[in-house]
Amino acid sequence: MGSYLPSTRQEQQEMLEAIGLNSLRDLYTGDVPASVLLDDSVNIPKGLAEMVVRAKMERIASKNKVFSTVLRGAGSYDHYIPAIVSTVTSKEEFVTTYTPYQAEISQGVLQSIFEYQTMMCELTGMDVSNASVYDGASAAAEAVMMTQTRSRSKIYVASTAHPEVIQTIKTYCWGRDVAFEEIPQKDGLLDLAALENLPQDTACVYLQQPNFFGLFEEAETVAKLAHDAGAKAVMGFYPISLGICKTPAEQGFDIAVAEGQSLGIPMSWGGPYLGIMTAKKDMMRMLPGRIAGETKDSKGRRAFVLTLQAREQHIRREKASSNVCTNQALCAMTAAVYLAAMGPAGLSEVAQLCYEGAHYFADELSKLKGFDRVHKAEFFNEFLTNCPMDVHAFEKEMAKRGILCGLTVDNHLLWCVTEKMDKLAIDEVINVIKEVCGQ
Amino acid sequence: MKLIFERSVPGRRTFQMPKSSFPKKELPKAFARTEQPRLPEMSEVAIGRHYTQLAKQAFGVNNGFYPLGSCTMKYNPRVNEAVAALPGFARMHPLQPRDTAVGCHEVLDTARKLLCEITGMDDMTFQPAAGAHGEYVGLLLMKKYHEQRGDLKRTRVLVPDSAHGTNPASAAMVGFTVTHIPSDEEGCVDLTALKAALDDTVAGLMLTNPNTVGIFDKNILEITRLVHEAGGLNYYDGANLNAIMGWVRPGDMGFDVIHLNLHKTFSTPHGGGGPGAGPVGCKNLLKDFLPHSHMGDERLEHSVGQVRAFYGNFLVVARALTYILTLGKEGLPQASGMAVLNANYLMHQIKDDYPLAYDRICMHEFVLTLEKIKKETGVSALDVAKCLLDYGMHPPTMYFPLIVHEALMVEPTETENRETLDDAAKAFKAIKKQIQDDPESLHLCPITTPISRPDEVTAARNPIVRYAFEN
Repeated sequence: MGSYLPSTRQEQQEMLEAIGLNSLRDLYTGDVPASVLLDDSVNIPKGLAEMVVRAKMERIASKNKVFSTVLRGAGSYDHYIPAIVSTVTSKEEFVTTYTPYQAEISQGVLQSIFEYQTMMCELTGMDVSNASVYDGASAAAEAVMMTQTRSRSKIYVASTAHPEVIQTIKTYCWGRDVAFEEIPQKDGLLDLAALENLPQDTACVYLQQPNFFGLFEEAETVAKLAHDAGAKAVMGFYPISLGICKTPAEQGFDIAVAEGQSLGIPMSWGGPYLGIMTAKKDMMRMLPGRIAGETKDSKGRRAFVLTLQAREQHIRREKASSNVCTNQALCAMTAAVYLAAMGPAGLSEVAQLCYEGAHYFADELSKLKGFDRVHKAEFFNEFLTNCPMDVHAFEKEMAKRGILCGLTVDNHLLWCVTEKMDKLAIDEVINVIKEVCGQ
Repeated sequence: MKLIFERSVPGRRTFQMPKSSFPKKELPKAFARTEQPRLPEMSEVAIGRHYTQLAKQAFGVNNGFYPLGSCTMKYNPRVNEAVAALPGFARMHPLQPRDTAVGCHEVLDTARKLLCEITGMDDMTFQPAAGAHGEYVGLLLMKKYHEQRGDLKRTRVLVPDSAHGTNPASAAMVGFTVTHIPSDEEGCVDLTALKAALDDTVAGLMLTNPNTVGIFDKNILEITRLVHEAGGLNYYDGANLNAIMGWVRPGDMGFDVIHLNLHKTFSTPHGGGGPGAGPVGCKNLLKDFLPHSHMGDERLEHSVGQVRAFYGNFLVVARALTYILTLGKEGLPQASGMAVLNANYLMHQIKDDYPLAYDRICMHEFVLTLEKIKKETGVSALDVAKCLLDYGMHPPTMYFPLIVHEALMVEPTETENRETLDDAAKAFKAIKKQIQDDPESLHLCPITTPISRPDEVTAARNPIVRYAFEN
């Protein structure tokens, strides 16, 4: 068996004697009722040596199929991750530390959070950011909860948002007994008519930009209609798109949240990811989770601390703005290092490549039979097409050829192109599709 | 130290994308941002050095002793990291067809089976991303359970006054009102108060056992029985599971639902405050309500829904599974036993210098109270904690639990050796001597750290939460 215990058997015995006991079991027999104290541990396999465990886990991993070509997004994106990113984020001082409660020995972590917060504000145009929450969906749910008050308790969510984000918001609403309503869609976009005359008790409208189908929503109008009703406007954004696209602030939103995975975090079968939360200044004290702030130490030097803690559970308990305790600090640092490596120019190049590549691919697909786009609206790097054969059979055939095709959505395909695909790679995919469909 | 933005020079680059091979296409003006974000413009070496400097001002388990009570700062085995980095895990898209993700499902299924056996539960979800997220899910299950039975008057959750702050905060997020149960003179649940609080409006009890003062509540079977008799459910906060793995199971103690902190008990790294994982286990009576991934899993008719996207912090689960397979049947109770022994060994050495909140055999952590020391010398728990920084160790958790005044909560964990514990005891004793000789000097600690005590009041009063660019 493997073990990470430094103490030898003899040391263990000596330590037991020092406290007047004979065996480890003696530590338990005093308080644990005899009827539930186990005689011989739990019923699981014996421990294994590191070498054996590693081989076993490698075998399990090899049962997965790793696609060399990924044309699927829908909330998890196959972007290139510069090598510097994991080099920085695997530093043991960052990996093995915890929430920086002791500021005097945690300036490195606190400063990195402060820098992350600043980068998120720059990216979105918003005034404040927290230190992150669990993922994009829980960030969306926490965000809509920020807007809810006694007199405004109805949450409107665009049905064009990511289905798992919608479901998560719905759960949080059910938990808090807050009314939840999906806003219908028309031709892949939010039906703006449904936002006319929102009721007086509307807390907020949640919109995803670009939406689940990759389409650009008329976000500015949505924000205006929400504000006309006295409600807040909450946007879910795609961080990479903000390399070239209008910011949530420019579009008039009060809170902007995102799944931050696209900023240097591997797809990891869904997690750990990064919940980005930013807001306008007036909502700062409603934000959940940790926030790093700048101050001075007793000698007047610049210092960073966790701040505005009066919002949080360990102080306010049941009156806290949320129960969020830890965040996704290492993932937030990952995003910060990624953005530093990219710089403004690199980020804009990545976004432009995504945009151009997706449009080239959509054009080439439209030249085939049966792969027309379903929607007419402008899109960023994802788009929905028809499929001339059964989508699942198509998916299987493409998988056999090493390509993870667009996500099957009913009998359509939701494609995604990232900067990893160049023209040559896309032309090859088109040839494979032709072969699969017999065209 | 300079901020990353203060190192930025216009025009400097690290990463260059290949030139576009596509026909030029401009984003329509209506969708285009007008100003570029002021992200750092730096060379790769400058980024590397910046973060290396930040790392020098961070303190992790690999830097030194980290007895932060309630957080189980044990060693994070490197092999776990190697496994999590395998392309067969790290490069998997969460919405791949199921037959191309067999290995991922096997990781979850195996981890589920092992963790259910370790905790005495019947089923488990890995969706919750952290302990507090797990509490939230556990409470959603309780809410759904009562709702399904048409028992709609159960709106109260009982929480001991020694509980983690997340407990009442989570209850509030599920629309429950919180009734605080006082602790008895031994730091455990006051049975009389519990009985008085129980009625048909109680949805359930949230309990940490061993509790936050490091004591295993010996009345546990009676407590869970009383709650069940009143029609409530018992929720186990798994924050302190590291004391009892392989010795006693929450399921056998009468708990119906439990969250685990894989980043505490099962050795996955804390990462400066996440990512962790807070899987929720439950008995059969609740399993129909477990969350699921809307797009990835089969639909569960009675599920509470989902609390985040996809399947949870998968790579954290892969690390924890590696750890469990390594320790195995005999390694788990050894680890917990040594965690408890280390705590008792250290407690034994310093209890004459610092009064214990409860003077008895502890579990994996113990709580000191500096109330008397403060009254007599003006030296607070905070002062002692800050002074410990000068001895090169991370201080214990301060001012928690709330029921102990001037509390310091010490959790050494099992991966520390005897010399480290002896050195920590010496540090505590040296500080005690300093308290007697020169109490005033403690208010100036720490003196060896990159900064001295920061002004937290100003930080909260005039929050500066982002860098102010000059232009």
